[in-house]
Amino acid sequence: MKNLKMKKEFKVIADLLPNGTRVLDVGCGDGSLMDLLTKEKNIEVRGLELEKQNVQECIYKGLPVIQGNAETELYQFPNQSFDYVVLSQTLQAFNKPDKVLKELLRIGKSVIVSIPNFGYWKVRTSLLFFGKMPMTKTLPYSWHNTPNLHMCTIKDLFNYCDEKNIKIQKVIGVNEDKISLIKKNNLEMKNFFSKLGIFLIG
Amino acid sequence: MNRKTEDIKKIIVSKPLKLDCGKTINDFPLAYETYGTLNENKDNAILVFHALTGDQFVTGTNPVTNKEGWWVTAVGPGKAIDTNKYFVICANVIGGCMGSWGPSNNNKETNQPYGLDFPVITIKDIVKAQETLLDYLGIKKLLCATGGSMGGMQLLQFCATFPDKTFSAIPIACSASHSAQNIALNELARQAIMADPVWNGGKYFLKNTQPKNGLAVARMVGHISYLSDQGMQEKFGRKLQEKADYEFSFNADFQVESYLRHQGNTFVERFDANSILYITRAMDYFDLSKQFKGGLVEAFKKQKTKFLVISFSSDWLYKTKENKDIVIALNASGADVSYSEIVTDKGHDSFLVDEPEFLKTLKGFIDSMYEKFKNEKRI
Repeated sequence: MKNLKMKKEFKVIADLLPNGTRVLDVGCGDGSLMDLLTKEKNIEVRGLELEKQNVQECIYKGLPVIQGNAETELYQFPNQSFDYVVLSQTLQAFNKPDKVLKELLRIGKSVIVSIPNFGYWKVRTSLLFFGKMPMTKTLPYSWHNTPNLHMCTIKDLFNYCDEKNIKIQKVIGVNEDKISLIKKNNLEMKNFFSKLGIFLIG
Repeated sequence: MNRKTEDIKKIIVSKPLKLDCGKTINDFPLAYETYGTLNENKDNAILVFHALTGDQFVTGTNPVTNKEGWWVTAVGPGKAIDTNKYFVICANVIGGCMGSWGPSNNNKETNQPYGLDFPVITIKDIVKAQETLLDYLGIKKLLCATGGSMGGMQLLQFCATFPDKTFSAIPIACSASHSAQNIALNELARQAIMADPVWNGGKYFLKNTQPKNGLAVARMVGHISYLSDQGMQEKFGRKLQEKADYEFSFNADFQVESYLRHQGNTFVERFDANSILYITRAMDYFDLSKQFKGGLVEAFKKQKTKFLVISFSSDWLYKTKENKDIVIALNASGADVSYSEIVTDKGHDSFLVDEPEFLKTLKGFIDSMYEKFKNEKRI
């Protein structure tokens, strides 16, 4: 189930990326996205991953991966050395997401960031009606063991980019059954109905 | 030293080799060994570079010492570097004492062993000498080249000097230049040898002997640096060597003393003291950034080789930090690089012992590279 959901997100990300580009996947996990991009889009990928088990998985698949922490080790990548930097559903888990985002924009000519949307209606109603921290498929953790330190909504990130003069090229809302473009004029509604937001910025 | 050198394979390198010191050599012997079979497409060759006191006998039984090859944990039939599948090559470094041109060889000009008349060589000289072996074996491009410690340094030099010679590379527990601490430890080893009166300015061969005491101490220094503090504590602690209490003497009361003495004593049977001087010097002179004016990034420019850098968490001789610096430089030059730190308490020696996570990583990478290399060749 989790795999299927991931595949949908990765499919959207893959569609955003032109063939033959150079892409850094920050927090690349077991390399599923890198594998997809290499095989289907002839993209030159690099991964950065913290979890040892995942690093091994990537190496076994022959995918280039560097074991390291995105929070502290992005400095090793030169300015504008990748066409795109991808960060899938991890921005909210950093101690300083603003600093990480700045680093991503330094390394990549463009950046793709996906976030589990805390503005999704099920998340909102969970807190409103049950008075409990929300637990959904995209946010499967309890308050005491969640790695998510800085949850945000699609609207939050949208406004943040505006505020910081980060160019928003495209925002896509993702649900099980469909994907949709998010613009300023439908932001309120999409922020309510999208489970996942995928931002192409920079 | 008792040498059964008739079992050593050798080529005589006729092509002149200009050494970094300025001297040019030719017609020098290069000893090597191979394991497994080179396939028809010649795309399954893996070159292994040995470390300071290693030799070309990677696996199986070393015919000279009758002991197991130094990397028997990783190389052999069914092992991480599977000799049923891959063709493994290893050459003895020049400056060494297992058949390649070294200070114990006869100097035609004096009709005596070279001793200190042997030129001071560098890692680059060592690597250039070994590259000739690939031509001899008819290998245009290796599937992989690998090596730990000084073997890793040779590998970095090999990739920088011959950027198209290997499809993939695995530098293990090494560094792109020797640190002050590395040089200091090597100096300790050299001084131990030179302080032994038997050494006699390197001319001990005149009396057909070896500065055994000095060489043994040099080896002890090495062994301390190969183990981690924790690993040593766990292995030996304060345990006494076959005795109930202190002897109130300077005999080897502690197990750790006994271990070091044993390592020192067995080493002098198989290694030449002058070779240690020359090879440690080559290591100390090694500084890849110095060779390339733009630094380490420049050294790896135009790399097509796919790298996997491996370090060990408890290695204090070639620390994770130094291995990471290699990764950073490779990244900055745009090379294809993977990096993995193996968590272990076995210290620098980790690459030589049975360390399952390390061996799995090695195997996984090489096998995946083989698939890629075959595909690339097909296209």
